[in-house]
Amino acid sequence: MAVRVAEEWLHSCSGCEIAILNIGEPLVELLSKLEFVHIPVLMDNKYFGQLGDKEHLEIPEADVGIVSGGCANEEHKEILEEMRKKCKILIALGTCATHGGLPALINSWGTEAAFDEAFSTTTTDEGAQVPTQGVPKPLDRVYALDEIVDIDLLVPGCPPNPAHIAGAITALLEGKEVQLPTKSVCDTCPTIRKGKGDIKEVKRFTTNAAFDPEKGVEEMQCLLEQGFMCMGPVTAAGCAKRGAPSCISARVPCRGCYGPVLNKGNQMLDMMNALASNGIDFTSVVDRKNLLRFSGAHNKLR
Amino acid sequence: MGKVINIQPVTRIEGHASIAIELDDNGNVSDAKMHLMSLRGFEKFVQGRPAEEVPRIVNRICGICPWMHHLASNKAVDGCFGVTPSPTGHKLRELCQTMAHINDKILHFFFLAAPDFVIGPDSDYSVRNVMGIVKQAPELATQVVRMRQLGQMMIDKFAGKAIHPIAAVTGGFAKPMLESERQEMLRDCRTLLDFSCFALDFAKDNVFSKYMDAIQQLGVINTGFLGTVDEQGGLNIYDGKLRLMRATGEYTDFPVEEYTDYLGEHVEPWSYAKMPYAKTWDEGFSMDLDAPKGIYRANTLARLNVCDHIGTPKAQAALEEFRTSFGRYPQYTLLYHYARLIELIYACERSLELLSDTSITDTHVRNEVEPKAGRGVGMVEAPRGTLIHDYETDDNGCIVKANMIVGTTHNVAPMNMSVKQAATTLIKDGVYDEGLLNKVEMAVRAYDP
Repeated sequence: MAVRVAEEWLHSCSGCEIAILNIGEPLVELLSKLEFVHIPVLMDNKYFGQLGDKEHLEIPEADVGIVSGGCANEEHKEILEEMRKKCKILIALGTCATHGGLPALINSWGTEAAFDEAFSTTTTDEGAQVPTQGVPKPLDRVYALDEIVDIDLLVPGCPPNPAHIAGAITALLEGKEVQLPTKSVCDTCPTIRKGKGDIKEVKRFTTNAAFDPEKGVEEMQCLLEQGFMCMGPVTAAGCAKRGAPSCISARVPCRGCYGPVLNKGNQMLDMMNALASNGIDFTSVVDRKNLLRFSGAHNKLR
Repeated sequence: MGKVINIQPVTRIEGHASIAIELDDNGNVSDAKMHLMSLRGFEKFVQGRPAEEVPRIVNRICGICPWMHHLASNKAVDGCFGVTPSPTGHKLRELCQTMAHINDKILHFFFLAAPDFVIGPDSDYSVRNVMGIVKQAPELATQVVRMRQLGQMMIDKFAGKAIHPIAAVTGGFAKPMLESERQEMLRDCRTLLDFSCFALDFAKDNVFSKYMDAIQQLGVINTGFLGTVDEQGGLNIYDGKLRLMRATGEYTDFPVEEYTDYLGEHVEPWSYAKMPYAKTWDEGFSMDLDAPKGIYRANTLARLNVCDHIGTPKAQAALEEFRTSFGRYPQYTLLYHYARLIELIYACERSLELLSDTSITDTHVRNEVEPKAGRGVGMVEAPRGTLIHDYETDDNGCIVKANMIVGTTHNVAPMNMSVKQAATTLIKDGVYDEGLLNKVEMAVRAYDP
């Protein structure tokens, strides 16, 4: 019998859903073993019945539930709680779902500030009020899903790696344990490390890295050793698709989009420690809160 | 006592929305609104960030068009820092922008919109989706999945990440293109061009010819249009001047830096999405179906209506046929799909043009950059409409203020009007069913929000 799957997206950008599609042709094969009962991006199942005449929001029962995005308003919360109630296994997909992700940057101010700013920009009509009719009330801040309900599996990444999504679904279909990376980006990075150098400060990425374009990433010196702020040491591995972490393969330093290496870790504090232990002045980091760019939920950014 | 029909959520779109249709005592439509349900606050939380980091923050505005935000943002940061990208950096950016349009259009037409036409608007919701197409037309489905994947992966391989890109940087690009990469992308883009010509033929035979009645009725409204053209008035999706056109075809061209003189954003108390309108027309804002004020549309149909021509041969031929069939400035909402497939051909042809220029492999990909105080306005044509990022930086090159007009929002007011038009025409005397409510959503889906 096909495995029933429900999918939802909350405070999200749809990148996780595109990552699901990026499984590519194997997805067509997987689809024959899955029965989607709810997935708003692809399918017309409605919350209040197909004619919109039911009183309560309802999502069909499913074996596996997948939720992307964090939780930032009353509607998100209601949907998330309904997903938890109806799904035997609930997966938090993507770094917004696991750690708040980029939208949790607003937690430094609180969600109200986002609305006040958006409705008072230069092009917005003067005197505009923040809308309140027929739109969900925001929560005070952006939450990771496990702050609201119990989550069975965390699959981080911004976007998550399609191979992990396919691997997780396949493992669940076969009743096996889901395997996800446990190392750091640095542990999986093939660049050359020469050991502690004479770097005293980290610099902004306003010049390109030094590398020979004809040669692979494995012949480029570590970007942190080149003096660039790179969050590889404090970021969970998993982004590598062709032998090197994604950003490094584009010769660009890591910014931490898979969240902390240990689920409860703090990327900002861990990075400060990593810099200090290498004799690098951590006050040379221009915008320290930015190091929690992807993991500001769980009260880390406030 | 009237009632309200709630369509929630609006499905097979890329965002969060619901539709409320109000019926009067006789069961006829008295009003219809589309609520956009979410706001994340990018304009607020980019404040204080080093500007060169912002292109890899704002790409998260949209997981479907992250390249467009990434590039418009890089252009804005270039403006703040007073730097011009190196010529090769510029070419690599335009290539990524153009290639990213390819996947987007395949995704929207075949994965999101096609089920309404291929499976049928009145068919059961459990099969009226891409999974249904996989079952009903497995060969077509496999081909579509393969082509979208090819488009995604050619960007992913070259630029490290297709979703939430990092490879464009202020001053240019982070890495040069190897000759072997150029050859591989040329090959892939040729394959995609063949597929896009097939896609348009397929749609002409199986969609547009069969649904002529729906095209002439569903969601049809009368508005102006906004898009980008080059110096010669040709379609351009990466750079150029903005062209704001009235429904009659009269237009004004302006540089994006002056956008605040031309565009305003209206706010309704029932939607988190603001509604851009043509402030410069000096007639205010109204979504009255019979006498709209300030309303223009963006996205594919708008771009094809405002341009004088398309600079690539196959897309130009398709445009001429389109204009012969539907006139010079068609208003039919479902034609967004047709225009989307013409732009798909353009995106493939333009990518091939850019890749055919061997100087694209030059290694000087980035100019020197010095963070400083300034202001920059960047734009590109996102799949869903003209995208504008406007930043101000402090002496340290960190953001103090940001304003973003996101592609989809240009069409928020028009979508509301199309929903109302569709609902009013379709629902009479309280009689409606699931297929009919889906047709109201089809009016929204055409805009690909």
